[in-house]
Amino acid sequence: MIASAFEYHKPDTVDGVISLLSKWGDDARVVAGGHSLIPVMKQRMTDISHLIDLGGISELKGVSIDGDTITIGAMTTQHELATDEALAEAAPLIREASLQIADPQVRYMGTIGGNVANGDPANDMPGLMQTLDATYHLTGPAGKREVKARDFYEAAYFTAREDEEILTAISFAKPSGGFAYEKQKRKIGDYATAAAGVMITIVGGTCTAASVALTNLSDTPVYCGAAVDALVGSSLDDTTIKVAVAAAVDASDPVADTRGPVDFKKYVAGVIVKKAITSALARA
Amino acid sequence: MNESIPPKEERMAALSGLGTSRKRVEDARFTQGKGNYVDDMKMPGMLFGDFVRSPYAHARIKSINTEAALSLPGVHAVLTAADLEPLGLHWMPTLAGDKQMVLADGKVLFQGQEVAYVVADDRYVADDGIQAVMVEYEELPVLVDPFKAELNDAPVLREDIADQSEGAHGPRRHPNHIFTWESGDRAATESVLSEAEVMAEEMVYYHRTHPCPLETCGCVASMDKVNGKLTVWGTFQAPHAVRTVASLISGIAEHNIRIVSPDIGGGFGNKVGVYPGYICAIVASIVTGVPVKWVEDRMDNLMATAFARDYWMQGKISATKEGKITGLWCHTTADHGAFDACADPTKFPAGFMNICTGSYDIPTAYLAVDGIYTNKAPGGVAYRCSFRVTEAAYFIERMIEVLAIKLGMDAADLRAKNFIRKDQFPYQSALGWEYDSGDYHTSWNKALAAVDYQGLRAEQAERLAAFGRGETRKLIGIGLSHFTEIVGAGPVKNCDILGLGMFDSCEIRIHPTGSAIARLGTISQGQGHATTFAQILASEIGIPAEDITLEEGDTDTAPYGLGTYGSRSTPVAGAATAMAGRKIRAKAQMIAAYLLEVHDNDVEWDVDRFSVKGAPERFKTMKEIAFASYNQAIPGVEPGLEAVSYYDPPNMTYPFGAYVCVMEIDVDTGTTEIRQFYALDDCGTRINPMIIEGQVHGGLTEALAIALGQEIAYDDQGNVTTGTLMDFFMPTAWETPNYQTDFTETPSPHHPIGAKGVGESPNVGGVPAFSNAVHDAFKSFGLTQSHMPHDHWRIWKIANSLGLHD
Ligand SMILES: Cc1cc2nc3c(=O)[nH]c(=O)nc-3n(C[C@H](O)[C@H](O)[C@H](O)COP(=O)(O)OP(=O)(O)OC[C@H]3O[C@@H](n4cnc5c(N)ncnc54)[C@H](O)[C@@H]3O)c2cc1C
Repeated sequence: MIASAFEYHKPDTVDGVISLLSKWGDDARVVAGGHSLIPVMKQRMTDISHLIDLGGISELKGVSIDGDTITIGAMTTQHELATDEALAEAAPLIREASLQIADPQVRYMGTIGGNVANGDPANDMPGLMQTLDATYHLTGPAGKREVKARDFYEAAYFTAREDEEILTAISFAKPSGGFAYEKQKRKIGDYATAAAGVMITIVGGTCTAASVALTNLSDTPVYCGAAVDALVGSSLDDTTIKVAVAAAVDASDPVADTRGPVDFKKYVAGVIVKKAITSALARA
Repeated sequence: MNESIPPKEERMAALSGLGTSRKRVEDARFTQGKGNYVDDMKMPGMLFGDFVRSPYAHARIKSINTEAALSLPGVHAVLTAADLEPLGLHWMPTLAGDKQMVLADGKVLFQGQEVAYVVADDRYVADDGIQAVMVEYEELPVLVDPFKAELNDAPVLREDIADQSEGAHGPRRHPNHIFTWESGDRAATESVLSEAEVMAEEMVYYHRTHPCPLETCGCVASMDKVNGKLTVWGTFQAPHAVRTVASLISGIAEHNIRIVSPDIGGGFGNKVGVYPGYICAIVASIVTGVPVKWVEDRMDNLMATAFARDYWMQGKISATKEGKITGLWCHTTADHGAFDACADPTKFPAGFMNICTGSYDIPTAYLAVDGIYTNKAPGGVAYRCSFRVTEAAYFIERMIEVLAIKLGMDAADLRAKNFIRKDQFPYQSALGWEYDSGDYHTSWNKALAAVDYQGLRAEQAERLAAFGRGETRKLIGIGLSHFTEIVGAGPVKNCDILGLGMFDSCEIRIHPTGSAIARLGTISQGQGHATTFAQILASEIGIPAEDITLEEGDTDTAPYGLGTYGSRSTPVAGAATAMAGRKIRAKAQMIAAYLLEVHDNDVEWDVDRFSVKGAPERFKTMKEIAFASYNQAIPGVEPGLEAVSYYDPPNMTYPFGAYVCVMEIDVDTGTTEIRQFYALDDCGTRINPMIIEGQVHGGLTEALAIALGQEIAYDDQGNVTTGTLMDFFMPTAWETPNYQTDFTETPSPHHPIGAKGVGESPNVGGVPAFSNAVHDAFKSFGLTQSHMPHDHWRIWKIANSLGLHD
């Protein structure tokens, strides 16, 4: 359980990172909080000769709320997400979800950038970003570009990010309406058995906008378009919710692991989505 | 009265003796991070050794190439079985009469098995060396299911003993069969069962789990080539036994071996056994001439060093229609993994599994245990319990529930109807034990009253009705358990490990100024011996506990003893402590009489002094006596004030308790919540109530873990699927419920101070309470038995198979 030897770099600009990544290619990896990457390196499941620490780049840190747009720097820790008062005011869903990640020790180190860039379907933030319809800001040798969170994930650990690119920030429109992030896990510090993020806007008794997404129920986070279609335009009666839940479960494709077999996970997915919808509805 | 003598109560309080909630003296260093654990040790020139481990559960080794590893800067040596063979150390004896490969000899038999040992400058380089060792394997068919071990097409695991029809414990009927062990009267039991008015039968599985102490196993071995002395510091629960075994297998004279257990961060049975890591560190130190350290990482620990449980217990229990139990039958299939490395007294290959009649007066019983080899890690240690007592307690406490269902009786009533009565003690059990003392009806009634058992049942019935009406998806389970332990191994006449009788010892030296040092043959791993044993002594010899240093764990200084596990420290070494204290007091009495110029019989003991009978103002305190023993020439009395006692207990002790768990269960998600947990423990005389409470909290939390998710699981290829703390459940404060502790006090009649031991009771009694709560919640839907661990998906599966999901 010891990583093989590597060179450690700590540049203080994004450009510095990009030039190192361009130089070393696949032999290099950026490290943020290290709480996904280091365990993998220790098990020697990945061989990295150059580790580039993003911790020295101040422009990657912090939360800014500019009118209707919220931008969060990639190196903002999960602890900061959970404790930032302005953010909690503007987007309480972020705090609710952040507090369900791992445990305080992990949250002090783990960053939002690492969490979403990693491509691990078990991570909570990618599912949350589907819910929020967030935009990822990438910078690479060819400059900057934006990718929607809903287009970012291709398969487990495969994303739209190029090897020489880094994620600098995520942004999303200030959410409105009711919200919930529900997660079932075996114990504190565990990834989800099933988790769901839901947002619901109601105008005059009718659902005018909604969002439903799942965590750890497929090899990527799942945005449940069919569930959203069922909800929007309805009065959110029991039958509609049932249909939406069924659609979300349909969109899931979990695999068996130590948390349980597929039929169990699908069943619990339904329970969790229903809980999230009910709770979002109560807050809408 | 002489006003200068403080009142008795005041003088007793000043001693912090028996019954005092004295604060743990160990905690000052532990809570400041100032403990001294084996991995804290640094020695000049020290190297680090670590293992190349098998990725396969069963494979032949075609070749091992160490060249690339040896060429790495900082790698000093790579040991393989071929290097150990000339020393006769490529295999080692196990504590269970079997032998175990130190390094893979031609084949590997479980995932994580030690294949080669890389010795390097530090653990970082060692890990690079491990990666560079090239091992060529040829995979073999894997055996993970013990019930398939004796099928015709089963692979033969232990080729080394395949043709031996006799093992350490009698005949073997198949190459994968280790032993059959029987207890009780088979014919009589079978006839009782066949004529029974009511009979219940069930398979009760106690799954494989692991003690997983916070600190993993490790050692530092240092061979001093100048004086020929080998010193090994390590995580040893039985340092003296390790010294003797090390001498026997290495040929180094025993006086040239010193074993030291420094602070130990929890053992729970994991640190009783002898591991390849110890042998390899010793050999490596001899080869390199410098100290060599080996410390497991967490994955090594979970994968390779001693697991616990893994007993498949087929049970039959019979009773009259009125619920009087008439007979108990049990056949256990014991999955021992690749080597039989259980740590049991020699004559008990299934430990004290024959305590499985529990707290009940069962006239006729029979137990058979078959030990089986599979492609899993060896072990089978007593994880916070006396040898196989948790398995026995779980078995009987499940069988009682199953019988209650069959009889249509309340399980609490059924227990009360069958308890051994107070007037039956000492009680001879059908499987051969003499229970020393107990008062089960009192503990049971107290427990049921404390939780308002009838009220709980009424609430449960209301909840069921609400569930039926669709108003809730949560059920209530009420888990009952009344356990009887058998601890304090044990009487030398029937308890030994590798021929070493299981007595224990204490040596006391009183210093001239009236303080003292006591040394014991046991070793604390967090139990707080330095606190509690000083309390026993304080009460015996009238010296304040805070003036008594307690030392354990260094074989060069401590008297010989068999170590700490199986709740034996208080019953055995605690008794030795009291007896040694009494020897001190006997000598002190002669000295006091001399100083007071009266006859020996004319002085009497009074808390912290001897005073003249009828003239309490004439006295000598222990402090004065101590000084006199060093500076007065007393005719017929040797100078000094020291004593040693080796205590061979006349019997085991039998702690017991009554636990009730109230659990809320969500049938849709399988999640559970412990609403209430009441634990009444009777451990005889209570030495330190605060430490007892701490032990009960810790043991219950382990029990919770085991019952609700903690497991060492293998897939069908023998891969460990729960090899990290992400999947191996270790509860944190978050998962730990509130516990309500209580007690009754039934002293052991044969123990010098009446103490019985408590450290393991909560694990033994807790697991059935948690598990019974899960079963109880689903009882009215037809559930009789479902295997642990009761994690979310398995509970969900119960609900699902009972048709509770739409
Ligand atoms: C015990 C434990 C429990 C956990 N439980 C949970 C949980 O319940 N839910 C959950 O969501 N997570 C959980 N995690 C993961 C944790 O949240 C991680 O911190 C997070 O997934 C990764 O963030 P990081 O900053 O640590 O990234 P790192 O580990 O440093 O990096 C992860 C990956 O992302 C890449 N990367 C990092 N930052 C960038 C960037 N700016 N641009 C491009 N690539 C980047 C790295 O190269 C690496 O490949 C757990 C972790 C542990 C150790």
